[in-house]
Amino acid sequence: MAAQKGFFTDTTLCIGCKACEVACKQWNQLPDDGFLFTGMSYDNTVHLGASTWRHVAFIERPVPLKPQDDGAFSWLFSSDVCKHCARAGCLESCPTGAIVRTEFGSVYVQPDVCNGCGYCIVNCPFGVIDRREEDGRAWKCTLCYDRLREDMTPACAKACPTESIQFGEISELQRKAEARVERLHETGLQDAYLYGADSAAQPGTEGLNAFFLLVDKPEVYNLPPDPVVPTKRVKDAWISMAAGALGMTLVALGAAIFGSHARDI
Amino acid sequence: MGTSFGRGGATDFPGDLANSDVIVIEGSNMAECHPVAFRWVMKAKERGATIIHVDPRFTRTSAVADIHVPIRAGSDIIFLGGIIRYILETRQYFKEYIVHYTNAPAIINKDFKDTEELDGLFSGWQEDKGAYQARTWMYEGVDPEPAGGARESEAGKKGEPIQRQPIQAERTDPTLEDPRCVFQILKKHYSRYTPEMVEEACGVPQHLFLKVAETLCRNSGRERTGAFVYAVGWTQHSVGVQYIRSAAIIQALLGNMGRPGGGIIALRGHASIQGSTDIPTLYNLLPGYLPMPKAKYDKDLETYLRLNESPSGWWGEYEKYFVSLMKAWFGEAATKENDWCYDYLPTLTGDHSHMNTVVDMVDGTVKGYFVMGENPSVGSMNGPLQRKGLRALDWLVVRDFQVTETADFWRNAPEIERGEVKPETIATEVFFFPAAAHTEKDGSFTNTQRLLQWHHKAIEPKGDTRSELDFIFKLGERLKRMYQDECDQPRNWPIRDLTWNYPVEGLLQEPSAEVVLCEINGYTIVDGKPVDGFTSLKSDGSTACGCWIYSGAYRDGKNQTARRKPHWEQNYVAPEWGWAWPHNRRTLYNRASADPEGRPWSERKRLVWWDEQKEEWTGYDDPDFIVQRPPSYRPSKDARGKETISGIDPFIMQADGKAWIFVPAGLEDGPLPTHYEPQESVIKNPLYGQQCNPERMEWMRKDNPYHQPFEDPRFPYLITTYRLTEHHTAGGMSRWLCWLSELQPEMFCEVSPELAAERKLKNGGWATIRTMRAEIDVRVLVTERMRPLRIKGRTIHQIGLPYHWSTKGLVRGDAANDLIGFVADPNVSIQESKAFTATIEPGRTSKHRRYVTSGRLVKKLPSREEERDLPIARYKPEAKHGFKAMESKEGNI
Repeated sequence: MAAQKGFFTDTTLCIGCKACEVACKQWNQLPDDGFLFTGMSYDNTVHLGASTWRHVAFIERPVPLKPQDDGAFSWLFSSDVCKHCARAGCLESCPTGAIVRTEFGSVYVQPDVCNGCGYCIVNCPFGVIDRREEDGRAWKCTLCYDRLREDMTPACAKACPTESIQFGEISELQRKAEARVERLHETGLQDAYLYGADSAAQPGTEGLNAFFLLVDKPEVYNLPPDPVVPTKRVKDAWISMAAGALGMTLVALGAAIFGSHARDI
Repeated sequence: MGTSFGRGGATDFPGDLANSDVIVIEGSNMAECHPVAFRWVMKAKERGATIIHVDPRFTRTSAVADIHVPIRAGSDIIFLGGIIRYILETRQYFKEYIVHYTNAPAIINKDFKDTEELDGLFSGWQEDKGAYQARTWMYEGVDPEPAGGARESEAGKKGEPIQRQPIQAERTDPTLEDPRCVFQILKKHYSRYTPEMVEEACGVPQHLFLKVAETLCRNSGRERTGAFVYAVGWTQHSVGVQYIRSAAIIQALLGNMGRPGGGIIALRGHASIQGSTDIPTLYNLLPGYLPMPKAKYDKDLETYLRLNESPSGWWGEYEKYFVSLMKAWFGEAATKENDWCYDYLPTLTGDHSHMNTVVDMVDGTVKGYFVMGENPSVGSMNGPLQRKGLRALDWLVVRDFQVTETADFWRNAPEIERGEVKPETIATEVFFFPAAAHTEKDGSFTNTQRLLQWHHKAIEPKGDTRSELDFIFKLGERLKRMYQDECDQPRNWPIRDLTWNYPVEGLLQEPSAEVVLCEINGYTIVDGKPVDGFTSLKSDGSTACGCWIYSGAYRDGKNQTARRKPHWEQNYVAPEWGWAWPHNRRTLYNRASADPEGRPWSERKRLVWWDEQKEEWTGYDDPDFIVQRPPSYRPSKDARGKETISGIDPFIMQADGKAWIFVPAGLEDGPLPTHYEPQESVIKNPLYGQQCNPERMEWMRKDNPYHQPFEDPRFPYLITTYRLTEHHTAGGMSRWLCWLSELQPEMFCEVSPELAAERKLKNGGWATIRTMRAEIDVRVLVTERMRPLRIKGRTIHQIGLPYHWSTKGLVRGDAANDLIGFVADPNVSIQESKAFTATIEPGRTSKHRRYVTSGRLVKKLPSREEERDLPIARYKPEAKHGFKAMESKEGNI
């Protein structure tokens, strides 16, 4: 098995140029999302979806970004992408086996197998995967599987001019990310932290193969604060269901035994 | 920059910004408009540099900068002048550097009078000519030849050349105390540019201004360096050149020129804009910044050479470059006997810059127009006037990827939609040629850092699509054929004798771009071998060279511009990636990175130094100096040309080898940057009685009306225009692409919450913006990134307008440039589009009227135009357009 690969997106290096969005669309030949002026800062593609696999969020905050010297305002950018969760809800819920984990550790939808049932959509805690209206199938970031097979960097990371999107071996990225957070803390940006860097930090997904460095609460970036893959709860559900069933059986048995006994009295 | 340092190009490469300790980005939105080069700013930030962004808007650049300074558009000279004053007052200038490497110690003519004495004018204003006569700005006793800017300007204005003398820095005061030395004049000139003035006129709080000034000074000197980065946010003003001059003065005072992490980077907006001035599409230059001959006084080669050759400094080599150019163009026909075909060159009879050409179309003088890689109906000022010009043409050729608004002006424009112009009444014959993309042709780009990079054709162009090279080559061939039978007539000899023998290649039989590059590089006539560089060029006709500054790009018969050695396999200057002019130098004036004795100012900022053992200059970069000339060399009294460059003259193109803090010759509008308000401003000039640049180019004509000079009650708001990352200028390369169009799908304005409340504008809703020229509909983006400023006790609102949209493409909208009138800087004829006034109202109330075709849009008020000038400067010679262009009728410049 090849080394586990993923993204580390350092939002403090992002300049909001959207080169990642365009490079992704060009490489993967994705259609546009329509021409809609949203009035939401410079964000006109709004969120990830079937035809937008990288999406840059623009957050205008009425609070300063330390140690920046700008009164009471800051503008944050963050390039969002499929997280390729260590425990992937989409994959686990896919009834056809269309969604697989690749040799790179990424989560990949095989378009020729997908039947468009849509179970994966409700099972993604991030709202990443979506069905395309025109063909009914589910689509999302492939981590540029075709490029990885040729030992090439994914298109978004390749196009990023400021190394905000870093691609590489996950353990290596984790090491870099921790050092980066430490460095930012030293320079006065105490708010910097990693989102989903490993299983300990995000047990609900058991860690993200595409994790982030953020400087505000996850909700600010339209990320869930404590995502849990629904299928992770299946075991608990089975246990409680089993416990319930056992309890009911015991009650029924008890009722039968003691009930009949009572009648005897 | 040409007049300050000797060459007009960026003095450094963006990669070197990583070595800066402070970076001031002003007049540029670098992260948005140059995201790839911006990676080096982010690197510098990682290394601990302070990033400062001065801009009317909080942009994507401000978002990652350490300090953002909101500023009133059009007030930068006060801000920068404030920094100059701060440096002088706190004595934080790099004294050893300025005494040896700048003209700070030079003594100026005793008749010189500053703007402080004349309420905003310098001495030498000629009331009857409406222009300056610059003689009193000169060094005492000498007439230096400027390396850039208006070379010959003095001669041109008077109609005859002045006596030229070599200048060697002798009349100087190294103590900088003489009241007539540049240093003291500078002190006086900026004495009122105080932090209080900056606060009042720019809207920048004093503490913020002082923080910028302190940070900049703290990070300059022997051990540290700072860089300035600008773009068209500085150039597109009626005082644009002087904005850049202000930065030049700061960088000279702080000793930041020619050093690692220093310099001034002029960001260019397109892939080869630098290239288009090097081998120019400009009307007044020949390749390599050789001026075009002027009809009025360049009567023969001898006069032309005498007027352009400088007795001192590098321009003493002028004849070699000129003769080699003529040999490249006319080959065997160019001989010493016929003055190398000097008579074949067209001579200029006036100002034929862009806006003058457009009004000449309107007025019927210009009959045909080639438009290549440009969309002036959208991208140029006063779009309705542009289209009026196009309607008056006999023929128009447009080469582009798409049938742009310029190509379709006759059926797709606001005035056509309104029915005011009927397509059937337009007689212009339009030819549209589909253009090949860079992936479909060989060639080179010359980018911001003067770097030539070769691109190879990846695929054949489709259908009728062809490269510009192919188009021009075949056009030339056809012209030659057409004139074949009339070649006995001398007027046709230039076409007959033009060398046009380029081999064709490939499926489409296109001319070889590499052969063209070889010609540009230059070769010895006898064997056709490429020359090593411009030092090998001769004035005896034995060499040919298409552009002397590019000489060396094909050194050793190899395409140096195609080199792609990665930076990790060489030093950080990366001299083996592509090829930079001149002579593959990456940091210009790098002799200044060493002290007068030739030792690096500090270990940390080591770049080029004098090697005692080898007795030559050496370092990480190609030395921008005469390699064997020791620091101790001093020219003799009778030295000429290159011999006058002393061992401590890092600015070799300058007549005296020094950086010009004070520009004694070469600029139209003054030797020192002085604050003038834009043509249309919200306030009265807070410093001088002279409101606007007295030498500004105006077009006083009915189809180009102006607002009142300031406080026009009809137009209370200030507008600045700009680009977004997601689109490319006038949109020809982006509005037809779905992946870019979806990212910024509609024309919009950016306003502050305060202005939104004042004018009842809703985020996501519509607004109408109106000037005297036009009215446009825009969507509204209300954002705290726009901030009202306190200026002279008043609240001033600024409105931001991107200018990418128009009537065609996947995404459409009104064109911002339709709002703007023709006004320009007198030195370079560049338009003022970064600061003008307008009004805004909620809703879609525009009827898409344009003054040119619909008549008056707002109520009539007195023009108050006399308030732009002091009484002495009010007279502008009668002209059909602009006082500068007036003289063209009489064959003057």
